Amino acid sequence: MTATAAATAATARHLYVHLPFCAHRCGYCDFVTVLGRGDQHAAYVDALLSELELERASLAPEVETVFLGGGTPTLTDPVALRRLLGSLPRAAEFTIEANPETVTPELAALLRESGVTRVSLGAQTFRPELLEVLERRAGPEDVRRAFYHLRDASFDNISLDLLYGIPGQSASDLERDIEDALELDPEHLSCYELEAKPGTRFTHAHGEELVSQAEAMENYFERVVELVAGAGYRWYETANFCRPGREARHNLAYWEGRDYLGLGIGAVSTVAGRRWRTKPSLAQYLAALAGGRRPEREVELLDAVTQRQERLILGLRLDEPLPLADVEPVLSVEALARLEGLGLAERRGDGLALTRRGRFLGGAVTAELLA
Amino acid sequence: MSSLERIRNFSIVAHIDHGKSTLADRILEVTRTLSKREMRAQVLDSMDLERERGITIKAQAVRVGWKGYQLNLIDTPGHVDFTYEVSRALQACEGALLVVDAAQGIQAQTLANAYLALENDLEIVPVVNKIDLPQADPDSAAAEIAELIGEDPARVLRISAKTGEGVEAVLDAIVERVPPPSGEPDAPPRALIFDSAYDQYRGVVAFVRSVDGVFRPRERVRAMAQGTTFETEELGFFSPERSPTQTLAAGEVGYVITGLKDVSRLRVGDTLTSAGGPASEPLPGYKEVKPTVFAGLFPTDSDEYPELRDALDKLKLNDASLFYEPETSQALGFGFRCGFLGLLHMEIVRERLEREFDLDLLVTAPNVAYRVLTKAGEEVEVHNPAEFPREVERVEEPYIRATTIVPKEYVGAVMELNTERRGRFHHMEYLSEQRVLLAYDLPLGEVVYDYYDQLKSRTKGYASFDYDVIGFHEGELVRVDIMLAGDLVDALSVIVHREGAYARAKALVDRLRAEIPRQMFDVPVQAAIGSRIIARETIKARRKDVLAKCYGGDITRKRKLIERQKKGKKRMKQVGTVEVPQEAFLAVLDLNGGGRS
Repeated sequence: MTATAAATAATARHLYVHLPFCAHRCGYCDFVTVLGRGDQHAAYVDALLSELELERASLAPEVETVFLGGGTPTLTDPVALRRLLGSLPRAAEFTIEANPETVTPELAALLRESGVTRVSLGAQTFRPELLEVLERRAGPEDVRRAFYHLRDASFDNISLDLLYGIPGQSASDLERDIEDALELDPEHLSCYELEAKPGTRFTHAHGEELVSQAEAMENYFERVVELVAGAGYRWYETANFCRPGREARHNLAYWEGRDYLGLGIGAVSTVAGRRWRTKPSLAQYLAALAGGRRPEREVELLDAVTQRQERLILGLRLDEPLPLADVEPVLSVEALARLEGLGLAERRGDGLALTRRGRFLGGAVTAELLA
Repeated sequence: MSSLERIRNFSIVAHIDHGKSTLADRILEVTRTLSKREMRAQVLDSMDLERERGITIKAQAVRVGWKGYQLNLIDTPGHVDFTYEVSRALQACEGALLVVDAAQGIQAQTLANAYLALENDLEIVPVVNKIDLPQADPDSAAAEIAELIGEDPARVLRISAKTGEGVEAVLDAIVERVPPPSGEPDAPPRALIFDSAYDQYRGVVAFVRSVDGVFRPRERVRAMAQGTTFETEELGFFSPERSPTQTLAAGEVGYVITGLKDVSRLRVGDTLTSAGGPASEPLPGYKEVKPTVFAGLFPTDSDEYPELRDALDKLKLNDASLFYEPETSQALGFGFRCGFLGLLHMEIVRERLEREFDLDLLVTAPNVAYRVLTKAGEEVEVHNPAEFPREVERVEEPYIRATTIVPKEYVGAVMELNTERRGRFHHMEYLSEQRVLLAYDLPLGEVVYDYYDQLKSRTKGYASFDYDVIGFHEGELVRVDIMLAGDLVDALSVIVHREGAYARAKALVDRLRAEIPRQMFDVPVQAAIGSRIIARETIKARRKDVLAKCYGGDITRKRKLIERQKKGKKRMKQVGTVEVPQEAFLAVLDLNGGGRS
């Protein structure tokens, strides 16, 4: 082992595993996904476990969180999935993303038995016509059914994903979506504005509509916060809400600038100032790991300034103040004074946080705060 | 030495594109000053040669021989803004070829030049050019031109400079009709400076028409109006290559290399005489030309201020009429307040700065010089709206006599435009059955704002326009200020007539509201006369600006997005608390963008 590798060893306490398989690619999605390929699930799990062995030195002996994201992790062949779950390190928070239509009582039981503690369910919306716009396969009833199956399997930490700003979504559609979500009483809610990501089929089809409705939907974000926080959830991150103590600890690790190891195609790791992203090619990934080699990666070195900048960018997404000492070298004091004057940012003790209105303008405020 | 009898000095006056340069080229060819084949090659060769010998400027007067006569062709600047320079060049001649396009007939510039030639008592040789064009109507053009100068249409020459047809007859007519120069060969020397240029190796080169006596090299001479003295380093003429001579005698046209390092020390219109034995009187007609149109020039990138300063210094070497002084705008940073002879001069300078010096400029809305009597009884001339006193006793603004020639169906449109612009009708005449000349007195301040574009669009491009500054008149003018979130934007202040103030204020405010991106707070955009708000809009605050998702895989991309946002901010100009993109200023200030809606 080289000196550098030794220095970076054993720092990540958070593990991300990417399971790219999907039955169908939704138009708006720009994640790394692979359609079908049921015959390759087992090989992919083998490759993941080989990669885990190769990267073992970067992972702390005690892993705090594991997150299985996708793709549609719950679409993975159950035998392969069970094997994967059984081989990954145990963790106090072990999350898997699930699409509602894949959640059966059997799957829920399998997850529960395999050490999964938390499920993030991609509901997106409860309006059938909007689900169709998004090209989602599940209907509103699938979401509810999946939720109850998970509850029946005694999952006590379930998150729902909701999307707003869907083409054609009225203000009352949004309100009903939130009502419907809250009715299920999840421990956690993630609410994302639909983004027209460049190059997606969705942007091609709906990009102009998204632009033209932008002004009309300008207050949707405020409305979401109002309704969800009003129901007693904590708005602990820009797009995330939780019941007390039910933050997504894995995601919190990203926002707090901790190290994490990512496995699988397209997965990103950040360990000791070094960030790498595995190339999103399934064939190359399988071939490399079958040969005992690391798959090809893009590497980015994060210097001290960049790390502090990220700390600021990410930390200000949270409701808890960011320790000023961590970011002072990259912070513009004049900008902070100006933003305090505008009621967008505030000092709290030795920490820095955005005000409620500042959080809605987080991007612009952060850009301004960076020296 | 040529006797005066065998010299003819003339220039060619024409509307742009009516064939002045083609005719000049053809004259060089017909007189065998250059053969057809040599034309291009030799001119270029001589350029290289000249460069080696250390002189790079273009000939402003060319000497050709024709049937034993010395003909001097004197070039005139082609732009309306340089009327004075044109008049000096014409003063150096005894005759002028008035060239009119056979298809287009007389244009406003033709008229202006013809009047200038007549004022200078020149013999006008009328020429209808481009008779080879299929759409040519030589008879109509000849009739128009004959009518204009009171000449027999039969004496109007008909030529095609392109094919060479009729060009020899033009040369014959110059010899026959243009009188030889008069002058006193034995009197103390006097020469009229009709143009000057700056050569990087030899300094200022003056183009002169010698009137009396004889000039020689290595002689001390003096410019009589300005008092500048220098030793003549070299005398000569262009033919078309530089030909140094030992004398420049009465009646002749040539150049003088002065060794001076600053063109502004030798003004067009001044008289050169011997420093040792000077003439008692200068030649008539010298006047100091004053800028009439002013604008602030700012580098788009404020780091380019030194480059802009250097570029202006260099342009000034060749353009004595360019005026500039440093200006600091709180909104636009460091730049220069520049004075120009007119709008075209301004456009030329701006284009040269951008093209030759590769600068990216922001030019404020042009304004004119105002003569202000303050409440305190002080008289001041104001070149910058930001310095215009808010309380005034009396203001005078410059007026022009504007001449517009249009097909008769557009007379109404031009009248309407001129009336909107506070014009006073002067007179109207039919140049032919189809074409009408309209003369109006207009405040120059109304013409510098979007007038050309309006004239062009309302007459579908058929109008030709020219003007002369005729003096100052009192006007009810007010200063309109623009405020963003309560802070004055100095660069956007304008001086307008009280009646037009509301419309202009509203247009400015609307434009700013549309161009300035929403900020993190509400931004009132106001226009005010003194403390009275006359127009107001609000740029509503943004309500969200946040990247929805941000997880482990997104961090680098999100960081880059924020960095890009940050860079975008840096390109903005900070006006008080408001960030204004360069484009917003451009949209409001740019001549083309400043249209009345």
